[in-house]
Parts: sequence; C-alpha cells; structure tokens
Amino acid sequence: MSGLLPGFADPVLDAQSSFRAVLEAMSRPGRVQRLPRAPSPPAPLGAAAGAVLLALVDSATPLFIDAGADAVEWVRFHAGCPIVPGAGEAEFVLCTGTAPRLASLRQGTDEEPQGSATLILQVDALEEGTGWRLTGPGIEREHGLRVRGLPEGFLAEWKANGARFPRGVDVILCDGDRIAALPRSLRIEEG
Amino acid sequence: MTTEGYNFAYLDEGTKRMIRRALLKAVAVPGHQVPFGSREMPLPYGWGTGGIQVTASVVGPDDVLKVIDQGADDTTNAVSIRRFFARVAPGLRTTERTAEATIIQTRHRIPETPLREGQVMVYQVPQPEPLFKLEPRRAETKRLHALADYGLMQVKLYEDIARHGRVGSSYDHPVMVGGRYLMAPSPIPSFDNPKMHLSPALQLFGAGRERRLYAVPPYTEVRSLDFDDHPFVPLRASGSCALCGADHTYLDEMVTDDRGGRLFVCSDTDYCGERQEQQAAERAA
Repeated sequence: MSGLLPGFADPVLDAQSSFRAVLEAMSRPGRVQRLPRAPSPPAPLGAAAGAVLLALVDSATPLFIDAGADAVEWVRFHAGCPIVPGAGEAEFVLCTGTAPRLASLRQGTDEEPQGSATLILQVDALEEGTGWRLTGPGIEREHGLRVRGLPEGFLAEWKANGARFPRGVDVILCDGDRIAALPRSLRIEEG
Repeated sequence: MTTEGYNFAYLDEGTKRMIRRALLKAVAVPGHQVPFGSREMPLPYGWGTGGIQVTASVVGPDDVLKVIDQGADDTTNAVSIRRFFARVAPGLRTTERTAEATIIQTRHRIPETPLREGQVMVYQVPQPEPLFKLEPRRAETKRLHALADYGLMQVKLYEDIARHGRVGSSYDHPVMVGGRYLMAPSPIPSFDNPKMHLSPALQLFGAGRERRLYAVPPYTEVRSLDFDDHPFVPLRASGSCALCGADHTYLDEMVTDDRGGRLFVCSDTDYCGERQEQQAAERAA
C-alpha cells in the first residue's frame, strides 16, 4: 500500500463537479470540458480518466482496465469496483493502450439500450473546432473535433456503432485533464 | 429539520453515482426511459421525488436553483423543495429569476423566458410511460418502444379527432424525440411543447414512484405527435393577463368572487412580475 496515491481531495464535491463535466460533454458532443478537480492517479492513467472513473464506477459496475497493476490497485481502493479480465464483460472499459473494437463491447439490447458499455479512452490530443464534423442531438449545427491517437478504422467502427442505435457504445475521450464525449447518437464525418 | 449528518444534497454518494450513470445513458439515448433505484425521500410520491433525486445528483455548490410549480415560484411545492435544497446543499443559491438559474426544477411548466445554454431543466414526472393509458403492461410497452411501434398512439389521436374534431390533449401531449422515441413531456400544457424543440438547455426528467428517468439533450428535435392534415396546435386560453397585459403567455384562470367574476393571469409568476416591474419603470420615466 506504500505507493498508493490519493483519490479526490473532496470525494463529494469533486465527484459532483467531475460528473457535471461529463454530463456537459455527453450532452454537447465535441465540446471539450476541463475537469479542474481531477485527482492525480498513477501513470499511465491521466487526471481526467481518473476523475471519470472515481465519479462513475463503484461496487455495482464491473470495470475492465488496461493501465497496469498500480492503476488497478488505485481504482480498486478508491472505487471498490470489481475488475473483470475481458472488456466484453465490463460496464466501464478504460483503455490507455490499444482500444478494443466497439463491436466487442457490451451493446445493450433494443429494449434496454442502457445496458451498453461506456468506453473511456485516453487519447494523445483533443482539439476543438477542426477535424471531424459532428452532428446529432446536442449540437445546434455542427461541431468540429480533432482527436489524435485513435485506432485506425475508428470512424468505420463508429458508423457501425450508430447503425445499431438504440444499442451501442458511448465513448468518453480523455486528454490530460480534459474530456470530450461521443454518445452513440452522434454522427461523425471526416473533416 | 436539522441537516447535520446529511450528505451534500441529501442523497448518499452511491445513490448519486447510480443516478448519474443512468442520466448519462439517458442523454445518449434521447427519449428512452432508463430505470433507476428510486429512494425514499422526505416527501411523498407525487410531490416531485423523481425531480428531487435528479436535481440532488446534478447540483453543486456553484449552482443557482429555481423551483417552479405550475409556473409559480411561491406555491407550497416550489417553496418546500427550494427550502429543502437550501438546507441540504450548503453554498447553493436559490432564485426566482429564470435568467439567473443554472438548474430549474419544474412541475408542469416551462418558463416563458427563453432558456439558454448552460441551464438544466429538471422535470417532475408522474407517469413516464406515454403509452400507459393505452397499454398498461410494462413488458409490452418496452417491446413497443424497442420496435418504435407507436401505432396505438396514432389511433388514439385519430379517435380524438373523430370524436372531438381536433388533435391535442391540453397537457402531457406525447412527443417524438429525435425521430425515434415516443416520450411523455410530463404534464406540461401543450402550449409549452414547442419550447422543448431544439431547446439550448439540457432537459432531464425524473419519475420517482415509477423509477424511471429520461433526457432530451440540447438542440434535439422534439415533435408533438400529430397528422399532416390535422397539425398539432398548442392550446392557450384566449385573453390577456390582468396584471401585466401579456397576450402571448400561458394563462391561469382565477375565480375572484362568488358571482361568476374571473380573470386570467400569467401562470409564470417570475415572467409576469418582471413585466410589471418594467412597465412601472417605464411609467415612472
């Protein structure tokens, strides 16, 4: 336990402010939100990914995480969530390395689409206003978002994900202490 | 009531996380009802337990909360919910001004003042299932939503036209969200339905007794159900407000004596009050 890093400085209010940022990101896809009250989790976990985890996961949510033993120990201690060995069994999937294929994650059912997985993905960079052209619920006309560090073929996978609506995976992209979300209702076109 | 020993915003953190996860899924699938573990609240079902739980899971000390009941800030339900949050959420400011609020919890109205980005509407919902009166079996309505099979509701509207000559219940008129899900807008007057369409604010709905919540993200298409040859017409009493003279707002009818005297006033007390202040200032100038 010697090297265990702290979680939220204020577990109640930091979780609230982090959740609000995620809610804002999910309801306005492509807008990048900053999480000012994020913790400093062990590498390779970034601040935003750590904050999203602590705000949302607990003993009721199986988590798949590929960030190594330190990160597993940290999230297990602070959130108490069960860690599952396969991404396909998890309600939350956190990836710092290669992202799993969207189709391999839990999709929910037509009757209960809320049973799908949420993929928290650490990327190299998020930039608002350029790149992809985003349309869909939450967007007045069009938002621009450039994401660096996504696996090749992500857009094709996203299109297939959208075709499964209302089933499908929701994605939260994390870069340092910033996030942007891609709800399954979102349409993405190459800019 | 003492608030010592209670968590910020009353609910424990585990409950908030559960509701927060459900809210995120609800935003991702606009109009779809997500079940949640509704908790016992210090007020009875039917008084806004769903709305309160949603507000409690969203609210922070930097927020400014407005609560309205049928448009009014000063009715029992609104006052007690506002006081509740002022007690259990230290730092939170409350207001009666729509423009100042960051979270507006509402029972049965949408404010007249246009909403803006950064605001969250929280609706108290008695019956989240728009098909409930036509098909009471949950298992069946879930299947109908999964198949987007809303023929039942179209038939009901058709029968309304055949019998009464017009479409449109005066309140809780069903809407299609994002062209996919049939949704109960909560018992807001049909006058307010068009305000949901492409609203810049995030709209969240909580039904405590029925244990469902759902959401409409900003700038999302919300169409009142109708027919091409019988378009939806929002209902409004013909008349103008006796206090501020507004002829474009939703009106309440007030009985003033026992000899049949009555008048109409704005249901949105904040909007009406602001107009009266403005008119008084103009007269004084």
